[in-house]
Amino acid sequence: MSRPVRLAMFGLAGGVTAVLLVLAAFALPGFGGSRHPYRDAAVPAAVRHATPNVISSINFDLRGLDTLGEETILLASVVGVVVLLRPAADERVREPRIGGRLLDGTRLFGYLFLPITTTIGLLTVAHGALTPGGGFQGGVVIGTGLHLLYVAGSYRALKRVRHLEVFEYGEALGAGAFACFGVATGLVSGAFLANVLPLGSFGDLFSSGSVLLLNCSVGIEVASGVMVLLAQFLAQDIEVEQAEGAKR
Amino acid sequence: MTVVIAVMFTLVAAGAVVVVMTDDPARQAVTLSVFGVLLALLFLSVSAPDVALSQIGVGTAIVPLMVMLTVRKTRRRR
Repeated sequence: MSRPVRLAMFGLAGGVTAVLLVLAAFALPGFGGSRHPYRDAAVPAAVRHATPNVISSINFDLRGLDTLGEETILLASVVGVVVLLRPAADERVREPRIGGRLLDGTRLFGYLFLPITTTIGLLTVAHGALTPGGGFQGGVVIGTGLHLLYVAGSYRALKRVRHLEVFEYGEALGAGAFACFGVATGLVSGAFLANVLPLGSFGDLFSSGSVLLLNCSVGIEVASGVMVLLAQFLAQDIEVEQAEGAKR
Repeated sequence: MTVVIAVMFTLVAAGAVVVVMTDDPARQAVTLSVFGVLLALLFLSVSAPDVALSQIGVGTAIVPLMVMLTVRKTRRRR
C-alpha cells in the first residue's frame, strides 16, 4: 500500500472516529449530578452481602464473571511473555554480570521498604472487601515490592529468594481457583460465581462471603504473575546474550 | 472540589503532552511514570481510590520498568 493511500485511509478512519467521539461526548449525562441509577442498584446489593467496599462487591460478587475474564487476560499475557522472551536458538544464558556501585542510601531504603511494602500488599489483599484496593492492587504491590531485593541487594540475592516455579504454580493456582469456585457455586446454587458462602457481619475482616476468598485467589495470581513477568524481562536483560558467531 | 478536579485534568493533559513530546524511549519511561502518578491523583480526586491504586501499581511501576529493561536490552544488541 502506497503512502498517500495509507494517509487517506487513516484520514477517513480518524475523521469518522473523531466525529463519533464528539457526538457521543455531547450525548453523555452531565459531569457529576445526582442521578446515578447504577449506584442506587449496586450500593444496596453490596450492603446486603456485607461488603463495605462496593467496588469489590461489583468486581467479585455482582459482576464476578467480568473479573474472571480480566484475570484470564492477565494469565494469557504472562504466558505470552514467557513464550516470547525465552532464550532463542541463537542466544545463550550466561552468568549474570556483577558490577556497578550501590549507594548506601539506596541499600538502606530498599531493605527498609521491602518488609513495609510486602506487608501493605498483603493487607490490601486481605482488606479488599472493606477498604479501597483488593486482590489486583495488593498483588501488584507484592510483586513489585519483592523486587526491592534486586534494587537493594543484587540479582543473585533476588534469584536465591525467588523460586520461580513457586510463582508459576501460584499463577495457575490463583486463576484456576477462581474458575473452579465459579463452577462449584454454579453447581450448588445454579448461578455462576454466586455469593453462597456465609456473609458474616458487615465490616468484619472475615465477612462478605466469597469476595474475601476471590480477592485472595486474585492476589495470589497477580503477585505471581508480576513476579514471572518481571523475571523474564530481567533475565533477558542480565543473563541472555547473543551467542558468539550467531547470525543476526 | 471542582477546582481540584479542574487542576488535575489540566495537569494530566499537560503530562500527556510531555510524554508524547519526549523523544528518547528511556526518558519516556520516566515521564510516563510521572504521568502515571498524575493520573492516579486525578482518579483520587474523582473518588475512585481503587482505580488510583491500580494505576500507581501498573502505570507508575511495572510498565516503565518493562520499557526501561527492553530499551537496555535492544540498545546492547545494536
